Amino acid sequence: MSTFKQHSILPGFNLALGFTLLYLSLIVLIPLSAAFIRTAELTWPEFWTIVTAPRVMASYRLTFGASFAAAMVNAFFGLLVAWVLVRYHFIGKRIIDALVDLPFALPTAVAGIALTALYAGNGWIGQFLEPMGIKVAFTPLGIFVALTFIGLPFVVRTVQPVLEDIEAELEEAAATLGANRWQTFSRVIFPALFPALMTGFALAFARAIGEYGSVIFIAGNMPMVSEITPLLIITKLEQYDYAGATALSVVMLVISFILLLIINLLQWWSRRRSSKT
Amino acid sequence: MTAMTFPLPAGTRIQRATQEPTWVRWFLIGLALVFLTLFLFIPLISVFYEAFKKGVEVYLAAITDPDAVSAIQLTLTVAAIAVPLNLVFGVAAAWAIAKFEFRGKNLLITLIDLPFSVSPVVSGLIYVLVFGLQGWFGPWLAEHDMKIIFAVPGIVLATVFVTVPFIARELIPLMQAQGTEEEEAAVVLGASGWQTFYKVTLPNIKWGLLYGAILCNARAMGEFGAVSVVSGHIRGSTNTMPLHVEILYNEYNFAAAFAVASLLALLALVTLVLKTLIELRIKQRHTPRGFE
Amino acid sequence: MSIEVLNLSKHFGTFTALHEVSLQVESGELLALLGPSGSGKTTLLRVIAGLETADSGQVLFHGEDATDQHVRERQVGFVFQHYALFRNMTIFENVAFGLRVRPKKFRPSNAEIRDRVMKLLHLVQLDWLADRYPHQLSGGQRQRIALARALAVEPKVLLLDEPFGALDAKVRKELRSWLRRLHDDMHITSVFVTHDQEEALEVADRVVVMNEGRIEQIGTPDEVYEQPASPFVYEFLGNVNLFHSRLHRGHAWIGDIAVAAPEHAEAEEMTAIAYVRPHEIEVERVQNGEAAMAALVVHILSVGPIVRLELVRKNDEDITPIQVEISKERFRELQLAKGDEVFIKPRRLDLFPHQHEQAANSI
Repeated sequence: MSTFKQHSILPGFNLALGFTLLYLSLIVLIPLSAAFIRTAELTWPEFWTIVTAPRVMASYRLTFGASFAAAMVNAFFGLLVAWVLVRYHFIGKRIIDALVDLPFALPTAVAGIALTALYAGNGWIGQFLEPMGIKVAFTPLGIFVALTFIGLPFVVRTVQPVLEDIEAELEEAAATLGANRWQTFSRVIFPALFPALMTGFALAFARAIGEYGSVIFIAGNMPMVSEITPLLIITKLEQYDYAGATALSVVMLVISFILLLIINLLQWWSRRRSSKT
Repeated sequence: MTAMTFPLPAGTRIQRATQEPTWVRWFLIGLALVFLTLFLFIPLISVFYEAFKKGVEVYLAAITDPDAVSAIQLTLTVAAIAVPLNLVFGVAAAWAIAKFEFRGKNLLITLIDLPFSVSPVVSGLIYVLVFGLQGWFGPWLAEHDMKIIFAVPGIVLATVFVTVPFIARELIPLMQAQGTEEEEAAVVLGASGWQTFYKVTLPNIKWGLLYGAILCNARAMGEFGAVSVVSGHIRGSTNTMPLHVEILYNEYNFAAAFAVASLLALLALVTLVLKTLIELRIKQRHTPRGFE
Repeated sequence: MSIEVLNLSKHFGTFTALHEVSLQVESGELLALLGPSGSGKTTLLRVIAGLETADSGQVLFHGEDATDQHVRERQVGFVFQHYALFRNMTIFENVAFGLRVRPKKFRPSNAEIRDRVMKLLHLVQLDWLADRYPHQLSGGQRQRIALARALAVEPKVLLLDEPFGALDAKVRKELRSWLRRLHDDMHITSVFVTHDQEEALEVADRVVVMNEGRIEQIGTPDEVYEQPASPFVYEFLGNVNLFHSRLHRGHAWIGDIAVAAPEHAEAEEMTAIAYVRPHEIEVERVQNGEAAMAALVVHILSVGPIVRLELVRKNDEDITPIQVEISKERFRELQLAKGDEVFIKPRRLDLFPHQHEQAANSI
């Protein structure tokens, strides 16, 4: 134990760390472990049957597909918004900068009903799309729209600080060497932003996978078509299928942990890439 | 030297070396604004539009409805419990992590962040597994006539779970950047542990603390998925505002649903304003001292 | 290729960075822009490069107006103080960058690029680092790579912004003599910015001394050091002693010693400031006939072959110590010790009549 903690004259370490660990255990770790322990009561074939049932597989495809598409769109537009906010001056920039965090602050249920109202056939946006044969509300496309909304701030907020820190000299050096703006962006700026962009993408993707509140209103929730995995967990729970709900939640948890690991690695990479030496 | 100048003819001024042509700039700004308008501004405005579509009277009736009032009360109660709990946790965790060196610190930081990466639905479910009728403590709780799931305690627990990281993750980097010198100086000068915390540490972190608390509060009041699983949706009793919005919406009472939703949207806007003000404040405070 | 700068002015808000600056850089010369921070030297360099646009004035390359040319088209090599190497590229790719971004028509083949880059890396003696990344190199190595990268595009002029500013003293010295030799081999018109007078005097063919957005003096290192054109240049270049003096009919009087000042023959009872370099003061133990100032030795500092003395004039309310430099031999001859009385006399002084006094005081 002597090497566990380095000596310090400051008091309160035992109290602070003890309370932290106790709190985390009671609130986070023990309840989370319940999901794994309850799932362990199932045999492997039982577990496998539950988590690979056709309806479940369809929900994975939808959840991952829509999350991936939404995160991709957010990667592109997030980079664009971050660029515009850092590089250009225009009226209302401050307000827009503050509003980018709206999806973090707005309760998901509110976002869900607002997007549904907008994209329904008679909604502000839906009325223009419907005649073109594009149905958004109550289709997988609606899920994509909702996930794009809730993932919007992630890329902006991870790319923005890195973009602010890029030295102007790098771009000037590229210009003196004859590079045009696009070459400077693609060869000098973009590589420097890339780790942060990937981090933002992964964060938006991870958030989208677990999202529930904003999606269920707009999704339509048809089995095999527009039913996301978190909703399937709720459905099983409402049918008192605790084993099924728990098994699915373990799959979700494992995926979350893997994504968390990837995000940590990406952040480490990003810090290394952008650290000034 | 004679004061002769060669002014550049207007319009031929070369663009700055590392700037895009004007049309590119305006195109990019325009594209970003179109995207933000479609995905941010219109949804936000539509909440208020739908809320008032049937008139102010319908709006007022919706938010003064007894069930709505009870949902507002419950939401405030839940936040009033969850935010202080996570505040104390955040300060304790940040104190241990930022002021001391010990093994396993990075693992601890990751564990604190864990609830962020768990689906809200799963966050609710795990409490059902622990305290529900089929859960570990369910039978014992039933025997003693106590209810956690489908009752207020469950809602509080689920809310605390999803908001655990908010304050800690604001304070940890802030306190790490501030280092330990000031506290060490206080201790050397004879201050006790609590005196050091109140007089030295707390003044240094108060804005970060407030920042985290505001974000934590917004999520606590707005949480839907986790709370939905453990609440049981009992009107007038275990319904929070977001759940009330859902019930009204599913009953096709759109005006009322959006009326309650508009209160939550207002909360989001207030949160953003406060957040921006605190960011400005922190920037002003720290920039002159060369602080990041 | 020559560079000509005509009446350049540049403001940043209310701050005047350049005020009506004109300058001629001869083909093949190595020119130093010397001045304190805020003197406009970096702005001038950046305007020449095309990284900054002047409010008014012209930049001519080889007699042709380049004012409206974009930095990309000016074919200048620019070296930044903090190297500005691309950290996601290897050293090889950094140097190759300027060739790879050329339009297809003008882009050399991969083999040619490889050849040219390796030649340049060889020139800066760092060919063995081709596959490394910038963060694996020392500061001095990075700056040499930055130079190789700038040279890769075969620039017509080379512009260096405080190229040694971020390096420690030893590497700095090595690198600047290396730069001098490199320039002697390549004869590319070069302008470098520095705030270090020693660096400017040691490396450059000509030195441009700048202050508050204006050029104070242009000349060879010897000229600016030996014949400073203004009090500012005097004070900025090396240590200097300042005496209040009186000009009268071809003589400058400091106290009761007179020094011939034939260029001020018609002056009548004018006040002036006299500048005297520390090594241009004679020190004697006894007053041998001529008028001399009596002073006390208050401090002795021996640095290598030179001894620095700090003296205080006797019978004078002015307590600013006088700096004197003498050789070690002379010091031994005089057998000086702290507290000794000595007699001093300026061997040579430069006079700036009174209208300059305010400028001198404000420095």
